[in-house]
Amino acid sequence: MNDTRSKVITEDQAIATIESGMTIGIGGWGSRRKPMSLVRALLRSNVSDLTVVSYGGPDVGLLCAAGKVRRLIYGFVSLDSIALEPHFRAARQAGTIVEPVEYDEGMLQWGLYAGSLRLPFLPTRAGLGSGVMDVNPSLKTVKSPYADGEELLAVPAIRLDAAFVHMNRADARGNAQYLGPDLYFDDLFLGACEPGRRFVSTEKIVATEDLLKEGTFHTLRINRAMVDGVIHAPNGAHFTTCEPDYGRDEAFQKAYVDAARDADSWKAFSDRFLSGDESSYQSAVSAWRAEVAAAKEASK
Amino acid sequence: MSDSPALADVIAVACAEAWRGDGEIFASGMGVMQMLGARLARATFEPDLMVSDGEAFYVAGDLPIGGTNKTIEGWIPFRSVFDTLAGGRRHVMMGASQIDKYGNSNIANIGPWAKPKAQLLGVRGGPGNTVNNATSFFIPKHQSSVFVPVVDMVSGVGYDRAKKIGGFIAKRHDLRRVITNLAVLDFATPDNAMRLVSVHPGVNVSDVVANTGFELVIPADVPVSRAPTAEEMDAIGRIDPKGLRHREIPS
Repeated sequence: MNDTRSKVITEDQAIATIESGMTIGIGGWGSRRKPMSLVRALLRSNVSDLTVVSYGGPDVGLLCAAGKVRRLIYGFVSLDSIALEPHFRAARQAGTIVEPVEYDEGMLQWGLYAGSLRLPFLPTRAGLGSGVMDVNPSLKTVKSPYADGEELLAVPAIRLDAAFVHMNRADARGNAQYLGPDLYFDDLFLGACEPGRRFVSTEKIVATEDLLKEGTFHTLRINRAMVDGVIHAPNGAHFTTCEPDYGRDEAFQKAYVDAARDADSWKAFSDRFLSGDESSYQSAVSAWRAEVAAAKEASK
Repeated sequence: MSDSPALADVIAVACAEAWRGDGEIFASGMGVMQMLGARLARATFEPDLMVSDGEAFYVAGDLPIGGTNKTIEGWIPFRSVFDTLAGGRRHVMMGASQIDKYGNSNIANIGPWAKPKAQLLGVRGGPGNTVNNATSFFIPKHQSSVFVPVVDMVSGVGYDRAKKIGGFIAKRHDLRRVITNLAVLDFATPDNAMRLVSVHPGVNVSDVVANTGFELVIPADVPVSRAPTAEEMDAIGRIDPKGLRHREIPS
């Protein structure tokens, strides 16, 4: 490994490049393989007025709860095993997301793909006739120039100022690997992002020659030309899934949802888990798990 | 087993029936009853269907709901789901928090979209599903707050809107069936208004009418939804050994 070419940085170094008003894409899907350590670092920063692009889960919820989201481009926000995300709901119901942009899931893919191909838009049928167009008059249609003449929805390209994704493995230069069942759209988030702030957090940094020890070459969908910074973040997707390294921490996710029910319990949760840096977060989670296990033992 | 089948079993069969005749396409179920229906159809009368584990794999055999011992026969990550639905080779059964007479459906929010009274999931894949592939619905509680004259947000496109688009979409738009705890409904009427197909055992047509917030097309003869066959009961037992269906539909 050539250390002079290393892109390894910390979460806080990555977040130090983010400015208020930027457009940030967050990889993963719902409560699956989310770059949560980067999101937690973003929560600790002073940046605000963000445009967030996400197949949303707790990343969106936490950023909404912290009042950092001005504009949100999303197809859904869900915790998967718990259908509804409490902070996102609260923010939408209070009207604090100034500019929600709601897309069909496939439209969101198309917007990111157009962005990564540097096209102005990509055509699709998804969204036509739906409420997505009723509530968003800026969406335009385009007529096929061929004999069919079909009118299609032109999904505008999404360009990002920064992208965060979480991978199972990466080398120090940014070649990254997913070992789970689905890449989701992480390659498109990186592709749609301006070079400079494309960040990959990873469970484990490995030597380049070890990348194929745990998965076939098919798993190498992120290469170093797509990445500007690599962050070593063991358990960094917690509490979302990071298969096969770990599954979702369902008990903690439930505690997160329960804590969102009122301001006091959310403050207690934030104080306990989100007031320090990533290592404090991970220690607080370990301590919480031990408490839960002890309580379970005591109630037997 | 008692003489009369459990309601959840009748409904499982009614859900399975939605995929009858579909052949070798992706039968996709969003939710326990929907998944049970897809797997039951494949296990019995529609053996060529492809079904997934709900995550990223096509599975062969009768994988129990929530089961982990999978025989994987293919890979279907989200990106491939989008490709498959845009290619029309899929029939999805979704849920709906609201649905209207022409099948416009809503899973996004209740109240005005700009500032909803209740934010739900967001439109998810509803817009793309309903203009690209066949779509059915399972609704566990048939009531007039769900079967509404106008939905608050169109996350799934109904027949009236599809016709307005015209062309490719109008020609292929295909909302198949709506299965509820009371009845089976479809859109097989001249103007594609929702029609009552059958009522579940013990349910009267008047119960369905009283719990629907718009005028349904009611045929002169409304049959009772059929009971599962012995073969179907065996398959239901294999696919849902823990009886998760009874949590959705208590008898």
